[in-house]
Amino acid sequence: MIFGARTSTFITGTNHLSQLMLQVIYALVPATLVVLYFFGWGLVSNLLLSLIFALGLEASFLKLRQRPISPALQDLSITVTAWLLALALPPYAPWWLILVAMLFAVIIAKHLYGGLGYNPFNPAMVGYAAVLVSFPLQMTLWPAPLQSGFGNIDFIQALQSVFASPIPRWDAYTQATPLDHAKVNLGLGKTLAEIFQQPPFNGLGSPPIAVVNLAYLLGGLWLIYKRVISWHIPSAMLGAIAVLAGIFWLINPNQYPSPAFHLFSGATMLGAFFIATDPVTASTTLRGKLIYAAGIGGLVWVIRTWGSYPDGVAFAVLFMNMTAPLLDQYTQPRVYGKRGKR
Amino acid sequence: MSTLTNKLWRNHGGLHLPEHKTISTQQPVQCLSAANLPELVIPLLQHARFYPEPVVKVGNNVYKGQALAKAKGYSSLPIHASTSGQIIAIEPRPIPHLSGLNDTCIILKPDGLDTWTPERLEPLANYTDYTAERLRQRICGAGIVGLGGAVFPAALKLETQGTALHTLIINGAECEPYITCDDMLMREKAQEIIAGIQIILHIFHEHTDPKGLHCLIGIEDNKPEALQAMQQTLAHSQDSRIQVVAIPTIYPSGGEKQLIHILTGREVPSGQRPLNVGILCHNVATTRAIYRAVVLGEPLISRYVTITGSGIKAPQNVEVPLGMPIKHLIAAAGGYTQHQPALVMGGPMMGINLANDTLPVVKATNCILVEAAIQPPPALPCIRCGKCADVCPVSLLPQQLYWHARARHLDALEHHHLFDCIECGCCSYVCPSHIPLVDYYRFAKGEVLKQRETQEKAELARARHEFRQERLERLKREKAEKLAQHKKASQEPTAPSSEVDSKKVAIQAALDRVKAKKSPAPSVSEDKPA
Ligand code: SF4
Ligand code: SF4
Repeated sequence: MIFGARTSTFITGTNHLSQLMLQVIYALVPATLVVLYFFGWGLVSNLLLSLIFALGLEASFLKLRQRPISPALQDLSITVTAWLLALALPPYAPWWLILVAMLFAVIIAKHLYGGLGYNPFNPAMVGYAAVLVSFPLQMTLWPAPLQSGFGNIDFIQALQSVFASPIPRWDAYTQATPLDHAKVNLGLGKTLAEIFQQPPFNGLGSPPIAVVNLAYLLGGLWLIYKRVISWHIPSAMLGAIAVLAGIFWLINPNQYPSPAFHLFSGATMLGAFFIATDPVTASTTLRGKLIYAAGIGGLVWVIRTWGSYPDGVAFAVLFMNMTAPLLDQYTQPRVYGKRGKR
Repeated sequence: MSTLTNKLWRNHGGLHLPEHKTISTQQPVQCLSAANLPELVIPLLQHARFYPEPVVKVGNNVYKGQALAKAKGYSSLPIHASTSGQIIAIEPRPIPHLSGLNDTCIILKPDGLDTWTPERLEPLANYTDYTAERLRQRICGAGIVGLGGAVFPAALKLETQGTALHTLIINGAECEPYITCDDMLMREKAQEIIAGIQIILHIFHEHTDPKGLHCLIGIEDNKPEALQAMQQTLAHSQDSRIQVVAIPTIYPSGGEKQLIHILTGREVPSGQRPLNVGILCHNVATTRAIYRAVVLGEPLISRYVTITGSGIKAPQNVEVPLGMPIKHLIAAAGGYTQHQPALVMGGPMMGINLANDTLPVVKATNCILVEAAIQPPPALPCIRCGKCADVCPVSLLPQQLYWHARARHLDALEHHHLFDCIECGCCSYVCPSHIPLVDYYRFAKGEVLKQRETQEKAELARARHEFRQERLERLKREKAEKLAQHKKASQEPTAPSSEVDSKKVAIQAALDRVKAKKSPAPSVSEDKPA
């Protein structure tokens, strides 16, 4: 009897790339629901446009590069990128802003480097940073949570804002984000105690963005539980932010926001569990991961505190992406039977 | 006395795999006879290292147990006739090997009588009366190899080194899925295994560590029957030097270096043998073969083979005369169940694919696995998820090796310790992109070795060239000097002998330089997980 030829290993486990990506999308569900509650149609349009642009660009570029299209779309990696960007961009973002972000994410960051697995920079963050630098006005104008939710802005208004011009009196709906607000007012010489008495805080201490962060945290913990990501990167990144913020806060609580404020503001949790953990662009060794993520955390705090942008997750991630190959090189684990500590 | 309270160490990585073991342990081991087969195919080379020299000719009649080829030193091993009959050919035939190439085989046509040779090896029942050297000679003469899969000559491994032995480890882990031949052997032949251990302990009695020599038998805890059988036999033998230790079932705990670490917490330095750190490791089946060779004077002419998988009607273990074509084993196990299966020698993680079932059972054959050919999903790009690094028992970075193998960065591959990879397949198993990583490493190892070879050749050529240049220049110089001397009207030529000497010295120096530049040879892989 004649048999087919193949070499070992003859069995494979149940891990599958698309399975991992699907789990990441599941983990984004809580945050997606919370954001949907706060911003209504604003997120729906972001998500739909992101997905359409991303999948369309991916498919056409695969075709251009003469690569098989359907396996690459089925692996869901581009879907995750689009989803993350949709959540990161301001709700009700105009269509062209999303398109530009996607052009950068899919084409410049991914395909020009050789496609999935070859990209040194996190595609979603490249897209985000590109539009942040090019269109700072649109990017820092976040509609106020709830006020721009389903009850207040209807479908037609949403369409108008996305495809035509901003809704009349759009200013009434927008509001500085907490990070932005704190930064601007600290710059004006106010103390944090004073700032927290004004909108958007109103003495509340936990504005909606903290709830969003909480939802990311929830999804992220589930990913760790499911072993889709390991604990190293989120812990090191959050740890670094908490330690740095903690030290300065203890020194001068009126000038430097508390660790809790930093951890639950801006894109902290999104970055820690969903962005920094992107395996393609992170360091892969255990020690490398810790250093890489601590670097991101540190940079995030530095940019927020002294930089000219209110939040710094995208820049911090992109910067540390550059160091990942080097970190891998210098943090190889000790191999069985080689000298040194194991 | 045997205790189970030994401290165990954890290896990095490893996997819990679906076991599929119980399907082949339901019936006692069937002993197959070669007497009535049309032919046995006995490859000359059934061990790692060098060819033995055939001592029979076509047309010769041979007895069971008679040597067909004889050893030249411990690095080559004799082979023996598994039954009586006539040599009908000595020719290249396909052999079960990863290369899929042909190799010289002795073809034996059984006469149906199965008569033992009258010149059997003398049984050394009182083996303590004999020197270690005599026992090693016997073990070599019986053609015994490591039966866990690496087929390294057992006598070679039993040679004492500078380091005294403190721990003998007997590998009964049998960590690969499906394979159960060692399990069945331990259940049925525990006594012979223990007796074999005592022989090995005796061989080292003059090279024992001053703190004593003890033996640990490592068995994965998914084999309760084997554990019990071994423990009971051990209790009877009352040998306080030997202990049975149950170890957790984590693939690849049966890899030699992995098992050593689990049981002793020690690591064998890369590129060295366990004996360098006073440890020796043998497989249970090898130990039993040593017992039979020494005490009964029986050469290695049969072995336990698991025949299993969903492609087999009645999976089981059989004791098979070496050289029996695999199709007869499969017939003995009820035949095939389905069409288009894959035929594998060894387990699903490290086994080799066989092209057809007419290939013979050799000393390395521990398992014949027939499974529905699983078409692996197409490989996707590596996303650097690091799952492979998490499970690598050697703490390598498989994804880096993969990138460098693809890019043929041979230096980077060595920098990432390619040659410490034991090809266990854990990384391929977990990879979510289903990249056949081990294939890349096998290929890369070949490439690196090839490159080293060409480098050495180039070095040698360069040295020769340099030497020739030097010689030509010297001759020129000497000629000029001579001319000058002539001019000075002196007649005596220089003595030719001194010139020859200086030439020799220069050649030697050049060769030494080349040798010194050669990178150290890669470590011999003798640590296949059983
Ligand atoms: S498991 Fe596969 S995809 Fe993940 S890093 Fe290793 S080789 Fe790459
Ligand atoms: S095959 Fe090699 S690289 Fe892969 S897990 Fe095993 S030892 Fe590590």
